[in-house]
Amino acid sequence: MNQTIKMENFIMTIDAATVRKIAQLARIRVSEEDVNYYGPQLQNILAWVEQLSEVNTDGVEPLSNVADIPLLLRADEVMDGGIQQDILRNAPESVEGFFVVSKIVE
Amino acid sequence: MTQDLTSLTIVETLKGLKNKDFSAVELVGQHAKKVEQLRPLNAMITETLETAAQEAQESDKRIAAGQMRELEGIPIAMKDLYCTKGVKTTAASHILGDFVPTYESTVSQKLKDAGTITLGKANLDEFAMGGSNITSYYGPVENPWRSLTYPDKKLVPGGSSGGSAAAVAADMVMAATGTDTGGSTRQPASFCGIVGVKPTYGRCSRWGIVAFASSLDQAGIFAKNVEDSALVLKAMSGHDVKDTTSAPHEVPNFAALLKHDMCGVRVGVPKEYRMDGMPQDIVDVWEKGAKLLKDAGAVIVDITLPHTKYAVPTYYIIAPAEASSNLARYDGVRYGLRSEGKDLAETYELTRAEGFGAEVKRRIMIGTYCLSAGYYDAYYTKALKIRRLISEDFKSAFTQCDVILTPTAPSSAFAIGENTDDPIKMYLGDVFTIPASLAGLPGMSIPAALDDQGLPLGLQIIAPAWDEVSMFRVAKTLEECLNFTAKPTLVQTLAA
Repeated sequence: MNQTIKMENFIMTIDAATVRKIAQLARIRVSEEDVNYYGPQLQNILAWVEQLSEVNTDGVEPLSNVADIPLLLRADEVMDGGIQQDILRNAPESVEGFFVVSKIVE
Repeated sequence: MTQDLTSLTIVETLKGLKNKDFSAVELVGQHAKKVEQLRPLNAMITETLETAAQEAQESDKRIAAGQMRELEGIPIAMKDLYCTKGVKTTAASHILGDFVPTYESTVSQKLKDAGTITLGKANLDEFAMGGSNITSYYGPVENPWRSLTYPDKKLVPGGSSGGSAAAVAADMVMAATGTDTGGSTRQPASFCGIVGVKPTYGRCSRWGIVAFASSLDQAGIFAKNVEDSALVLKAMSGHDVKDTTSAPHEVPNFAALLKHDMCGVRVGVPKEYRMDGMPQDIVDVWEKGAKLLKDAGAVIVDITLPHTKYAVPTYYIIAPAEASSNLARYDGVRYGLRSEGKDLAETYELTRAEGFGAEVKRRIMIGTYCLSAGYYDAYYTKALKIRRLISEDFKSAFTQCDVILTPTAPSSAFAIGENTDDPIKMYLGDVFTIPASLAGLPGMSIPAALDDQGLPLGLQIIAPAWDEVSMFRVAKTLEECLNFTAKPTLVQTLAA
C-alpha cells in the first residue's frame, strides 16, 4: 500500500493544521468538529487519487481544450449596460447604487 | 373518459396538438395535476404552474393561427441550475438564498423560443455535486421506481439531475433539462428507466448555467424515448457568442436522421468496463445489447481504453479544482445568503460555512488543496496530462469502431441513505460515465432491462466528438430491439 507514498511532491498527511489552512484558503469557517470530520475524508480522497502517480506522463501535454473548439475573436464592444438596478436586485444589502459590506479600511 | 395525455411521446403530442385532438391547455393541465399529485417525490424545488397555464393559452393561440413552433406546448422541467429570469434559481444550495436571476440562460431561452412550457425548477444535488440527489439543501428526491424485495424503501433517482429524471419517469413532464459534468444526466436516466443525453462538450451554450466544473459542464436532456430526446436536443444546441466554448458548428437535425441501417456499423465494447464484482444483471444486459446490435447487422469490436481506471481519480482532481475556483464567487456580497461577521473576511467565512453543504465543502477543500502553492503540478497538472491520455484512448478506439457500448452505471437505484458514508464509494458510481466526460464526448443512456429487483438498468452509447448522429442512430436501433416498456411502480399505482 505504501508504494504511492514514495511519489515526489505528494504530502500524505492531512493533519488538523492542514485542514484549517485549506479551509482558511477556501474562506470556509470550520469548527473543531468539522476539522475532525473533514480531515480523514480529505486524507482518504487524496490517498486514493495518488494512484495517478503510477501513470507515466513524461512528455504528455496537459489537456485543457477538450473538444478542439476554435476560439473565436470578436470586437471588444459594450453589448449591454444601464442595468444597475438588475445588478443590485439580489444584493443582501445595497445603498444608493452600491453593495454594502462591513468597513474594510480603518 | 378523457385521454391520458401524460403518457404520450413528444412526437405524438405535437401531432395531436396540430390536429387539434386536444389543446395545450388540456395537455399542460394534465401534467400540472401530476406535478401536484406527486409532490411527495420532491422532484421540484419551485413550481411554475401558474405561468405554465398562461403559456399554454398562448400556445393554443399560436396553434389556432397556424404558427406552431417546433416544440409548441410541450411541458418540461428545468433543472434548477439554469438561471431563469424572474424565477428563483437555487442550484439546490442554501448559499444562493432567494436568488432571482435578472436574465435567462441561453439553453432555457432557446427551449422557450421553441415553444416548451416549464412546469417547474427541478431538484438536484447541491451545485450538481453528487450522484443520488441526497446533497440537495431542499431534501432528497424519491425515485418513482421501487424494488421488489423492499417495496417500502424509497430509492434515489440518481444524480445530480435527480429531480429532472424523476419528473420525466413519473410522467410529470415530457422532457427535462439536466446538466452532465461526470454523468449527472446519464446515470439518473439509467436509475429512472428513461433516456438521458449528454451531447459533445461545446454543443450547447453554458451561459446562464450555474458553473460547477467549466471544462466538463454540459447541458443534457431527459426524455421518454430516443426520438423525443433528439428533437429537444436540437432545440437546445448551437453556438452562442456569450459562451466562447460553445462550438460554431452546424447542428444536425438529429431526429430526422435517426433511421439508419446498422449494417457494417462498428460497435466497440471496451474490456476495461468489465469490472470485478459487477452485478450479473448488468453484464447480461450489456451482452444482450451487443447481441441485438449484431443481429441488426452491426459489427461488434473488442476495444481497449487502457486508462479507464484512472478516470474517476483524475476527475476528482479536475472537477473540485475548477469548482473551488468557480464557487469563490459566493461571498455574501452581491447576491445570495449573507452571514454577517465582525469584518469582511469573517463575513466570507461565516457565509460560506453556513451556505455550503458538506459535499460542496469537501470538494472546495480538495480543489483548494490541489491548486495550492507547491501542489498544483503534482495534482492538477498531472490530472490534466492523464486527461489527455484518456482522450487519446478514445481517439485510438474510434479508429476501430464508430460508437462504444457500455453499461451506464455499475448498479441500479439504491435506497435513500445508502452509500452516503463513504465519498469514494459514491464517486465510483460514475465510473462508466466519467471517462467520456473527461474526453468531452457525447454519451447517452437508454433504458435496457429490469434487474432482479425490478429496477431499470441503462446502456450507454458513446460517440466521437460532434457525432451525436451516430450515437442517436445506434440508440434508436437498440431501443427498437430492446422494446423496454416497463413503467415505474408509482405510475402503475396512479393509473390503477
